Amino acid sequence: MPESGVVTLPATSIARRHRAGWWSTHQRRLVPYLFIAPNIVLFAAFSFLPLIYAVYISFHDWTLIGEPDFIGIGNYQRLVYDSLFWRALANTLVYAVGTVPTSMAIGLLLALALNRHMPARSFLRSLYFLPLVVSAVATGTIAAWMFNDNYGVINAIIVRLGGSRVAWLSSPYWALPSLVLTTLWVRVGFCMVVYLAALQSIPRMYYEAARIDGASAVRQFRHVTLPLLKPATFLLLVLSIIYSFHVFDLIYVMTGGGPGFSTTMLVQYIFRSAFVTSEMGYACAVGIALYALILGFTVLQWRASRQTENVM
Amino acid sequence: MATRRHFADSACWLGLIAGAAVMVFPIYWMFATAVRPHAEIFEAIARLVPSSLSWSNFHTVLTRYPVLTWVNNSVIIAVVAVALTVFINLLCGYTFAKFRFPGRNILFFAILGALMVPIQVILVPEFLIVSWLGLLNTHLGVILPRAAEAFGIFMVRQFMVSIPDELIEAARLDGAGEFTIFFRVVLPLSKPIIAVLVIFTFMWRWNDFAWPLVALTDQDMFTLPLGLNLLRGEVNPDWGNVMALALLSLLPMLVIFLAFQRYLVQGIASTGLK
Repeated sequence: MPESGVVTLPATSIARRHRAGWWSTHQRRLVPYLFIAPNIVLFAAFSFLPLIYAVYISFHDWTLIGEPDFIGIGNYQRLVYDSLFWRALANTLVYAVGTVPTSMAIGLLLALALNRHMPARSFLRSLYFLPLVVSAVATGTIAAWMFNDNYGVINAIIVRLGGSRVAWLSSPYWALPSLVLTTLWVRVGFCMVVYLAALQSIPRMYYEAARIDGASAVRQFRHVTLPLLKPATFLLLVLSIIYSFHVFDLIYVMTGGGPGFSTTMLVQYIFRSAFVTSEMGYACAVGIALYALILGFTVLQWRASRQTENVM
Repeated sequence: MATRRHFADSACWLGLIAGAAVMVFPIYWMFATAVRPHAEIFEAIARLVPSSLSWSNFHTVLTRYPVLTWVNNSVIIAVVAVALTVFINLLCGYTFAKFRFPGRNILFFAILGALMVPIQVILVPEFLIVSWLGLLNTHLGVILPRAAEAFGIFMVRQFMVSIPDELIEAARLDGAGEFTIFFRVVLPLSKPIIAVLVIFTFMWRWNDFAWPLVALTDQDMFTLPLGLNLLRGEVNPDWGNVMALALLSLLPMLVIFLAFQRYLVQGIASTGLK
């Protein structure tokens, strides 16, 4: 490292130390707090305070106009009996189940295939990775156009192949599958990149040793590759579940939560309660419920991953 | 045996090419829709290749909507957010990597924990706080709530842990102030992580939607994603126009993708962020 020039600093800074007595004696102790201060202030104002405030509002009935009415746990009671809330929760879980294992499995297959030597390998990798830079709004817009019932290219291809048109986005039955397919397009490249990095970090000698022991390719995969991909799998599982619970932009643009409530996820329901039906207290209560759900999942994942790490 | 293996490799390769074609097709289709003659867009047979190139959609979008204003807003928000976020996250990540101080662990977990709160959970209070500050419909109102980025802090910390303590101590013995050390010793060694941080922060802010949707209601303050959502949400969206705007909004990201792909892959591979 060519850092020898950096550590010999100009004499002025030494002179400064003698001048600023108080600062130089306290610098070591105060500097860490000074350096993290901007983040702490922003974090307090825009994350911590809103979270507390959301809990407060969730105990009130409030339309933004006038004073909030304290109603105790009224919003949470309502939540238990609100069939739309359960519908949104069920949609969220179905969406997670539809997207998380599939995107990870396809990502793993792609990573395994693209980890071998072949012509145009890095070019192919790039193409699978491309959707990651496309905004969710653009993705939703393109998907809405491609899945369009009358003029969409997907129905045109189906018709040309001799099938009949599918009412992708206008039927409550097909809207969620359309969303899942679009999400797979977005996510497989991400899973592929994480798995590729994990594959590349496996030392070659493990495979050589397995080969000397006479292990077949299938056994090498089962007993060398798969166990060593475990950390990447856990990371992807956590991130993908969190992603599927958060996804808002794509659905807002592609289906708006409809038709009916067939693609309304919890985050859509929060947005709708707050900015369409103006029930701030209820929106916050749903938000707190979602946060509890995400925290619960994250803690479960974390404990599970720690246990397996201890076993390994 | 060798030929069969060769055959399997070729089949795998062709399968990968077919898959890659599926991945690229939506982007191509956006382009094809944006540049085809208007009458052709609503032909039910959906020609794969436009019969001729027409730039009229771009012309219509640019003249009928304040697209340049939206571009301007997007650029200002993304650039200021990158400068602010990258700087304070570098400072914060460096501190957590290289300083021991009372409250360090609690603060670190508090930052990570609270910043992982999804924006939708705190949408209402966030909206109220920003409106109290008088920042609704301003660039700052979009930038400040997302300026402290948990992934950024985490990533910087991971990177800076591996900077040798001896370099920092040597500079201290030479009498260098802490700011001097940060700017002259630590930052020059952190160029790779700075590049990753700049690229990801730009991408996040350029593509942001949920928070700007709430914080910006005035059409002249819209960013490109909000403008795109506006066009797409019209009763009978003109898909040619919509795709032209989608393509415009995607261009900077495509350039970044082509120029800095290595950093994108590195960022994802090292911390699994997106």
